[in-house]
Amino acid sequence: MSWPLGEFPIMTMTTAIPAAAADGPPKRRRTPILQILFGDLLAAGLTVMTGALVLALLPALRWGVLDAVWSTADPGRCGAGGACWAFVAAKIRFILFGVYPADEQWRPLAVIGLVLAMVLVSLPPRHWGRRLLTGWAVAIGAMLALMWGGFAGLPFVSTANWGGLPVTLLLAILSLGLGFPVAVTLALGRRSRVPVPRFLSVLVIETIRGMPLVGLLFISSIMMPLLLPAGWSVDKLGRTLAALTIFAAAYLAEVIRGGLQGVPGGQMEAARALGIPVWKAVWHVVLPQAIQKVIPPLTNTAIVMVKNTSLVLIVGVFDMLSAARTAASDPVWPAPYAESYLFVGAVYFLICFAISLYARWLEGRVQEKDLR
Amino acid sequence: MTTSATAPAATSPAILIEAVDKWYGTFQVLDQVSLTVATGERIVVCGPSGSGKSTLIRCINRLEEHQAGRIAVNGVELTDSVRNIDAVRRGVGMVFQHFNLFPHLSILDNCALPQMLARGTPRREAEDRAMQLLRRVRIAEQAAKFPGQLSGGQQQRVAIARALCMEPQVMLFDEPTSALDPEMVKEVLETMVSLAEDGMTMIVVTHEMGFARRVADRVVFMDTGRIVECAGPDEFFDSPRHERTRSFLHQILH
Amino acid sequence: MLAALWDSPRLRAWAGQALLLFLFVGTLVWLAANTVENLAVRSIRVGFDFLARPANFPISESVVPYSPMDSFAWAYVVGIGNTLMISAMAILSATLLGLLVGLARRARHPMLSGVAGVFVTAVRNTPLIVQLLFWYALVTTALPAPRNALHPLPYIYLSQRGLYLPGIDWSGNGWGFAAGTAGILVAAAMLARRLRRQGRTAPALPAVGAAAAVLALAWITGIGAAASLPELRGFNFSGGMRLSPEFAALMVGLVLYTSVFIGEIIRGGIDAVGRGQWEAGRALGLSERQTLMRIVMPQALRVIIPPLTTQYLSTVKNSTLALAVGFPELGLVIGTVINQTGQALESIAILLAVYLTIGAAVSLLMNWCNARTALVTR
Repeated sequence: MSWPLGEFPIMTMTTAIPAAAADGPPKRRRTPILQILFGDLLAAGLTVMTGALVLALLPALRWGVLDAVWSTADPGRCGAGGACWAFVAAKIRFILFGVYPADEQWRPLAVIGLVLAMVLVSLPPRHWGRRLLTGWAVAIGAMLALMWGGFAGLPFVSTANWGGLPVTLLLAILSLGLGFPVAVTLALGRRSRVPVPRFLSVLVIETIRGMPLVGLLFISSIMMPLLLPAGWSVDKLGRTLAALTIFAAAYLAEVIRGGLQGVPGGQMEAARALGIPVWKAVWHVVLPQAIQKVIPPLTNTAIVMVKNTSLVLIVGVFDMLSAARTAASDPVWPAPYAESYLFVGAVYFLICFAISLYARWLEGRVQEKDLR
Repeated sequence: MTTSATAPAATSPAILIEAVDKWYGTFQVLDQVSLTVATGERIVVCGPSGSGKSTLIRCINRLEEHQAGRIAVNGVELTDSVRNIDAVRRGVGMVFQHFNLFPHLSILDNCALPQMLARGTPRREAEDRAMQLLRRVRIAEQAAKFPGQLSGGQQQRVAIARALCMEPQVMLFDEPTSALDPEMVKEVLETMVSLAEDGMTMIVVTHEMGFARRVADRVVFMDTGRIVECAGPDEFFDSPRHERTRSFLHQILH
Repeated sequence: MLAALWDSPRLRAWAGQALLLFLFVGTLVWLAANTVENLAVRSIRVGFDFLARPANFPISESVVPYSPMDSFAWAYVVGIGNTLMISAMAILSATLLGLLVGLARRARHPMLSGVAGVFVTAVRNTPLIVQLLFWYALVTTALPAPRNALHPLPYIYLSQRGLYLPGIDWSGNGWGFAAGTAGILVAAAMLARRLRRQGRTAPALPAVGAAAAVLALAWITGIGAAASLPELRGFNFSGGMRLSPEFAALMVGLVLYTSVFIGEIIRGGIDAVGRGQWEAGRALGLSERQTLMRIVMPQALRVIIPPLTTQYLSTVKNSTLALAVGFPELGLVIGTVINQTGQALESIAILLAVYLTIGAAVSLLMNWCNARTALVTR
């Protein structure tokens, strides 16, 4: 029944393989860096390869930093083998605010500040709740009012003149915000026990997900005037927003459905046994738990949607990317397209990377809670 | 074949179950089950797993639907009506094997929110009542915590308090101690005993035979969807009439 | 009586469903009626008869032959062909690169995993369309004019006008030859399978037969091949095979972007295989690499295939962004057709049909793959 430790069959086996016994000291010493990089043939090969790859990028560094023109008022000084960052500096207002009237550009700037402030307030999970949601609704209303104007002495600015970063941010926030309730409805419909809502939800979700966003943008910009009665006109920005919203809704719905599947059946049963009506139970018991479970993939969808707003360029909405492209086509400057796109890419990177860092932090917090 | 278990004549039975049948597909889980429970009576239901005992009490608040026979709770018959079901469920409290507390709500909210949702009780009133019942199950000091921070026994006591908040006339317990570590069983059973002493009508599905002997007015033994034996605890444990009951008791007590 | 009826949950469910269906169908009918009216007001004719008319617009490059005299229908086919070609090429290259990226991220080598990490983070957090425009800008502005083209190897020229490579000029009935060859190969494969099933080991027979048949076919169709080398004539190159800057920018952008996501999927799949498997491999005296390739990867494949399918599908959908750099895939062709004819309804219907069909086809294919790996590993 009980083996003396030394005679245990497995132990004799390990001694039979000397290599395994040799590299298992109880506490591992930190391997010296040289040994990691050149310890064996493969490691050395990889080091050389990676090094070569990094070296190959040196000309890019020369172009972007060493030979770059950082500030000049004279476009002629740009274009001698280096990047023309002076162009970005000169056109920054146009890239950020588009053709919004110059005297009124404090308004889109205020919108960007408002978005930043709301995001900062929303970061700690303990702030989440109905009041924050109301806060967002009010803030978004204020942003739109500020952009439109036409009250309290603010001149009216039509959406045709909106542009740049505020448009990007508003499209991202509004498409996610408006898409979310639709997504919840679709997800609940897909999980329904009766066939009609299930079928309709699957139809809508799978059709939208099967289509490229470009197709959806085509449909909304070309078809919407045909589909709606004469006299109902939706401007270009509104049509684009509609397409982004329904697109976000279909993808969010699948994420939320995953969360709904993760809520144990006992929860609904307990609520029903307490006499809570079905819809109140769904709203107060099942949904909050489902959404809590899928916060990491939800942030991922948020990143995807922020990136997707850049596609509106294709249907002629003047977002940050369009503004940058238009700016670069100024014949006075030597076609600094690469610089413009790098700048726009950097702004997108900051937003998306920040969201992904936040998501990682949230996930770590949740795991800590689970361990406790 | 089936033993009918009829209570001593009572004016208005708390629960009336008459010739109830239920199938899962072609498998019959309840076979001509009849049971009448008087107000204030304590019934313990036992039997091997798959004998239909959980299904029976889940039919009483219509978490499951029976297919033939009658069930009436406090004189309200369970029919195919939304209003009936809600009325019955509000009068019947249920405690589950796995507690089924709402993990995203604090202990206090677990007890207060259902009152607000099911009966429109104002928050203040609901919280007062919740605190009162949490004190009764001796867990009031944990009110601000979340279910995940409590032990299994504490969670089950919260679940009892939550059910009591709805002021039920009848309490159903579906194996309330089966998912607990042995050292936590006692605290939950004590809570249930004190509830019984206050005169609550209770149906308890459990294998805790000590509890049955101490508290039950009658013990019901079920097997393969039928009520095999139904008797007072002394008679049930000391001189069971059926061979099946004897072998079950032998397995569970020795 | 009525109240009792209203309280029945079954009746409520039916009434709710009927109402929902009614609302849905009603909305569709309303939209259709609006459309009919709007089309009448704008006197736009609906119908697919425009498909037979000549397209009269150029398509800069295509896998299938095209000239502006061809019909609109053929223009669509050209667009679909280009979409399929770039999708297939991007998926293939991105899978290979993604495998490298995933393994590099997982590597014990700090420099390699660090570089891979920076690459993944940078590419994943910027929009694909920005990356495509950036690569296009780089190709068209940073590369020299044809006169000073980069000339790294004989007969290879890299300039603003694209990449020029030696090519092959085909003469004779190319289409007949291609179709015939495909038929012969399929027949040979079927024959080989049948022979194997009968237990005969004569694998050379179908192969030799197929080779002979292809040679005969080449002679019949008068197929001929001649090398074609690019050379500078005036301001541009002629001869050889040309990869346009649009195509180059598109491929670089799409492959890099997709490879990052595929890399993360592969890394996730490797991580999903339990530590116990690594430990078991080590305990049996296998090397790290043997454990990875022989034990972990086959199991990871099962985890990898479903998200990989989704990624392949989104790559097909992402290829529509080619229209931002002016590569004529289906989206761009459809945009041009709508501009030229105003037949928006029909064009969008075609777009929808094509993408939903591709989606269904890829899903089916990957389901089949999934079933196979599941069987093999079990």
